[in-house]
Amino acid sequence: MRQNRTAWFFLSPSLIILFIVGLVPFFYILYVGFFDWNAFSLQKGMHYAGLENYRRLVFDQPFINSLLLTFRFAVYAILVQLVIGYVLANLLATDFPGKWFFRVIHTIPLMVAPLAVGATWRLLTIPGFGPVPFYLDRWFDFEYSISANASQAFWTTVIMDVWHWTPFVTLTMLAGLTALPREPLEQALVDGANRLQVFWYVKVPLLRPIILSTVFIRLMDALRTVDEVWMLTGGGPAAATRYTGLYIWRIVFPKTDYGYGSAMSLLTLYFTILISWLLYTAIGQQRRGER
Amino acid sequence: MQQSKTARKVGKYATTYGVWVLASIITLLPIYWMIVISARSRVELFDRPNFIIQSFFEENYINTINDPSLQKYMVNSIVVATSNAVLVTALALLATYALSRWRLPGADNIFFWTITNRMAPPAVFLLPLFLLFTKTFRYGDWILFDTRIGLILLYCVFNLPFSIWVLQGMIDGIPIELDEAAMVDGAGTGMILRRIIIPLAAPGMAITAILSWIFAWNEYLFAATLTSVKARTITTGLAEFVTVTGTNWGEMAAVATLTLIPSLAFISFVQRYIVMGLTFGAVKE
Repeated sequence: MRQNRTAWFFLSPSLIILFIVGLVPFFYILYVGFFDWNAFSLQKGMHYAGLENYRRLVFDQPFINSLLLTFRFAVYAILVQLVIGYVLANLLATDFPGKWFFRVIHTIPLMVAPLAVGATWRLLTIPGFGPVPFYLDRWFDFEYSISANASQAFWTTVIMDVWHWTPFVTLTMLAGLTALPREPLEQALVDGANRLQVFWYVKVPLLRPIILSTVFIRLMDALRTVDEVWMLTGGGPAAATRYTGLYIWRIVFPKTDYGYGSAMSLLTLYFTILISWLLYTAIGQQRRGER
Repeated sequence: MQQSKTARKVGKYATTYGVWVLASIITLLPIYWMIVISARSRVELFDRPNFIIQSFFEENYINTINDPSLQKYMVNSIVVATSNAVLVTALALLATYALSRWRLPGADNIFFWTITNRMAPPAVFLLPLFLLFTKTFRYGDWILFDTRIGLILLYCVFNLPFSIWVLQGMIDGIPIELDEAAMVDGAGTGMILRRIIIPLAAPGMAITAILSWIFAWNEYLFAATLTSVKARTITTGLAEFVTVTGTNWGEMAAVATLTLIPSLAFISFVQRYIVMGLTFGAVKE
């Protein structure tokens, strides 16, 4: 056994940096959340307020709406991504000439900066020269206005997220499909199951761990979406696409309500951890069930 | 019989190609439209949507490349992303080497703790980091706010866990017998790292560094809130186009197109690893 001291010496730079940029901020919001601290308020500085910020949060309907809206956005986007991703992964699971080329093109959105994704979609949907409003009006006589119609703005952000992240789901699903054991599938076909039955009773149960992991990771990402939505709609019209990240940003920066912003950040973090923990245990149970 | 089999094969490929051509068009269309807009002058901007580039208006690109503040942002982005990628790859190599070759008490917990840093929503940490950068982390008059070093350190919060997760698999894959043989020959830890681990892990380190570079290059939220003038990056430059009244869409599209180039340049190298990276090694291909 070699000296543990060497190992700690190698690990310590990483741990120190993560401590400073990861753990210290966490304890900082924990602390500031107990204070009334607004840079624009009449009394300067921090004033101990106990649980006042948290009391305000529970009755803050716009914030709760924003959390629910973010969750709704995530659920719709992920459902669509799972369906499209599954179909595309099936098409990638068999070999065909040119597969590599299509795969590389499909991966492009994953590498694009979220802010640039927002910029491209803004250019597509902007009234005046964007092709989306133009052709929707000309071909379907459908009035599309992302800056005025709340539900259209919401669905545009969902579609943008689908464009951005479906490749990720495709690739995880593909990894799952290629790792599938062959015997159960062949057995089911021998027993006379049709394709739908094979899909529902054999493939889905076998793929469940990978579907859950994908949903878990996608949910984490969707819940922290800020850049692309900020660029596309700026959170508007009104608060139609003001997801939690944008909401916190608004409280913290233009309004400089630091104490309240801290409480809000902590609550959001708590929700994120809660949801991820629930999914994580679900995955764990699934894994245990397999054995 | 033979004929119908080939016909079926062609039919099967036909749907595959049909779906994939459609998927590729949908994937590329928004990016292509951005390039179309970047090639239009202000006057042509409001012409009816036309997906064919009739004349390339280079001025959008020339103006953005010659704009002194955008040049500065570009340099900042390159410096920050490169330093961060080198830093996290080096630190992650040491960390994963330690985690892989020594049985440390609580190693699993350390490993799990690193992932939580990447999972947390960045918006949650904006406020504490802003306050820490402007008020707490200071040395005399010097504050961490609006410095490249601040961003380089900060991007470790998502890139370091990512690098550790990707490199862990690579280092675990190097047989420990090689280390032991070298130790028998009298090599120290430094020698083993230099002569065995680094050469064998080099491809993995390159992929880690490239992906970290792209993540740092693409980052916006932290850069926007923790810099003001000196250390702004290119993504904040892109965002500034929108907040200014009378947006120059052509130039904005040109900047957005320029930010895509590094990612597109590396895509065929890293596309097999991006899934592993994004799923923290949970999904391998």
